[in-house]
Amino acid sequence: MYYLGLLIEYLKNYMKTRLTYRADFWVEVISDLLFQATNFIFIMVIFMHTDSLGGWNQNEVVFVYGFFMVPFGVFSCFVNMWGFSERYIVKGEMDRILTRPAHNLFQIFLENVDPPALFGSVIGLIIMGISGSNLGLPFEWWTLPMLILLTLSAVAIYTGIYTTLTSLSFYSDAPTGILPLMYNIQTYGRYPVTIYNRAIQVLLTWIIPFAFVGIYPAALFLHRDEMRTMALLTPLVGAVFLSIGLMAWSYGVKRYKGAGS
Amino acid sequence: MLGAYFDFIRIRFLTMLAYRVNYYSGILIYTLNIGVNYFTWRAIYGDGQSLGGFTGAQMTTYVAVSWMARAFYFNNLDREISTDIRDGSIAIQFIRPYNYVLVKMMQGLGEGLFRFMMLMIPGMVIAILLFPVQLPTEPSAWAGFLVMLFFSFLISSQINIITGLSAFFVENNEGMMRMKRVVVDLFSGLIVPITLFPDWLASVLKLLPFQAITYLPGSVFTGRVQGVGIWNVLGIQVIWFLLLLIPIVWLYHAARKRLFVQGG
Repeated sequence: MYYLGLLIEYLKNYMKTRLTYRADFWVEVISDLLFQATNFIFIMVIFMHTDSLGGWNQNEVVFVYGFFMVPFGVFSCFVNMWGFSERYIVKGEMDRILTRPAHNLFQIFLENVDPPALFGSVIGLIIMGISGSNLGLPFEWWTLPMLILLTLSAVAIYTGIYTTLTSLSFYSDAPTGILPLMYNIQTYGRYPVTIYNRAIQVLLTWIIPFAFVGIYPAALFLHRDEMRTMALLTPLVGAVFLSIGLMAWSYGVKRYKGAGS
Repeated sequence: MLGAYFDFIRIRFLTMLAYRVNYYSGILIYTLNIGVNYFTWRAIYGDGQSLGGFTGAQMTTYVAVSWMARAFYFNNLDREISTDIRDGSIAIQFIRPYNYVLVKMMQGLGEGLFRFMMLMIPGMVIAILLFPVQLPTEPSAWAGFLVMLFFSFLISSQINIITGLSAFFVENNEGMMRMKRVVVDLFSGLIVPITLFPDWLASVLKLLPFQAITYLPGSVFTGRVQGVGIWNVLGIQVIWFLLLLIPIVWLYHAARKRLFVQGG
C-alpha cells in the first residue's frame, strides 16, 4: 500500500516535470516508436527478398515482433536504468537514496519511470491482433491470462538481466558501456532462434535469455508446438533471473561506499 | 595553438585507456552482433545466390566490416555536449581561448583512435577467425578504406555535434539523441544494406548523409564498388563533410547568442 502510494506520487511528479518540456515528450514517444520501427522495417525488408525465415513466414515473424514489444514497453516504463552509474554513483545520489525508508532499488525505478514507453506495448498488441487475424489464430480461453503471465515473466527476465548488469557499477567505478550494447542484442531474441548456430542459441536461451522475451512465449500463441515446452518455462526463467538480479544488486549495495563527493 | 588541440586527442586517448576494461566486454558484444547478423542473413539467403547485388560472402564481409567500422566512428559527443549545455559548464568553455566544437571533435578523435586500437582491430581479428569474411588483398583497397573510415568518423561526429548543440534550442534533447542513434544505425546501412530497401526509400536515402557513414565505405570494401566508383564514394563523403559544416557553424553562432543556463 505504502509503495503504491509512492508510485502515484512519483507519477504525479513525473507529469509535472514532463509538462515543463512538453515538446520533448512527443519527441520521445516518436523516438521510442522509431526504435521499434527500425526492427519492423528490417522484418519487412527481409520478407521482400525471401518467403520464410528458418521456416517462419512473414505474419508469424511479425506476430512474434508484436509480442516482443509488449513486455519491452512495460519494462522500459517501470525499469529504466540508463545512466545509473553517472547519476547515482558518480554524482553521489545513491547516498540520498540509501538514507530513505523505501527499498533503494524501488526508489531508483520510481525516479526513472517513463510512461511514454507504454505506447510501444499498445502498438505491439495491435500488431499481434492484425497478424494474428491474418494467420487465423484462434482466441482461446487461456490466451489472455497466458499473455499476462508471459508478459510479466518477460519483464522479470529483462529486469533481472539489466539489474545484474547495472549492479556491476558498484564494483567498477568506470561508466559501463554494456547497457546500450545489450539493447542491440535483446532484439535478436525475437527471431526464430533455430536459425542461429548452437553457441548463440545456448547464449540467447540460458545465459542472456532474450529468446524468452520474444520467440518462445510468442510461439505458444502461434501454436508452434516445437517450442511449447520452452514457452511454458518462461515464468521459471523469469523467476530465476529476477532473483539473480536482486541478489547481485543487494550484494552490490552492501559493498557501496560512496563516491566521496 | 595547434599543439593544444593535439593535446585534447592525447588526453582523451589516455582517459579511455584508464577505462579499458569496458572494451573487453565491447569486443565480445560486437562479435556477438556480427555473429547474429551473419546467421540471420544466412537464413535469409537460404539457397539464393544473391540479394540486392550482394553475394552471400559479400554480405558476411559487409556485416563484419560495418560493425567494426561502427566500433571506430561511434562516440557520445552528442551526450557530452548536451550535458555541458544543461549543467551550464558550456559558459566557461565558450570564454576559453579555443573553439569548443573543434575541441569536441578532437576529443572524439582521441576516443576513436582508442576504439580503433582496443576494439576494432581485436574485434576484426576475432570476426575473421569465426566467420567466412573475405578481405581485399590489394593495399590500395585498404588505404582507401582507411581514408573512408576517417570520413565516416567525421560525418558521424558532425551529426552528433549537431544533435548535441540542438540542446540550446529544445532544452531537453534526450528524445532527439535517441532518435538520432536509431536513424543513424538504420539509414547508414548498418542493419540493412541500402540496396535491399524498397526503391523509393533507397532513393530518398541516397540524398541523405547517413549512407556515407557505413554503406558507401562498406560497398567499396566488399568489392561491390570498384575503379572510378571509389572516387565517387570519396567525393560524396567529402561533399557531406563540407555541407554538414554549415549547420554546425550556424548553430554554434546562434547558440552563443542564445545561451541561458538552467540552474547549475
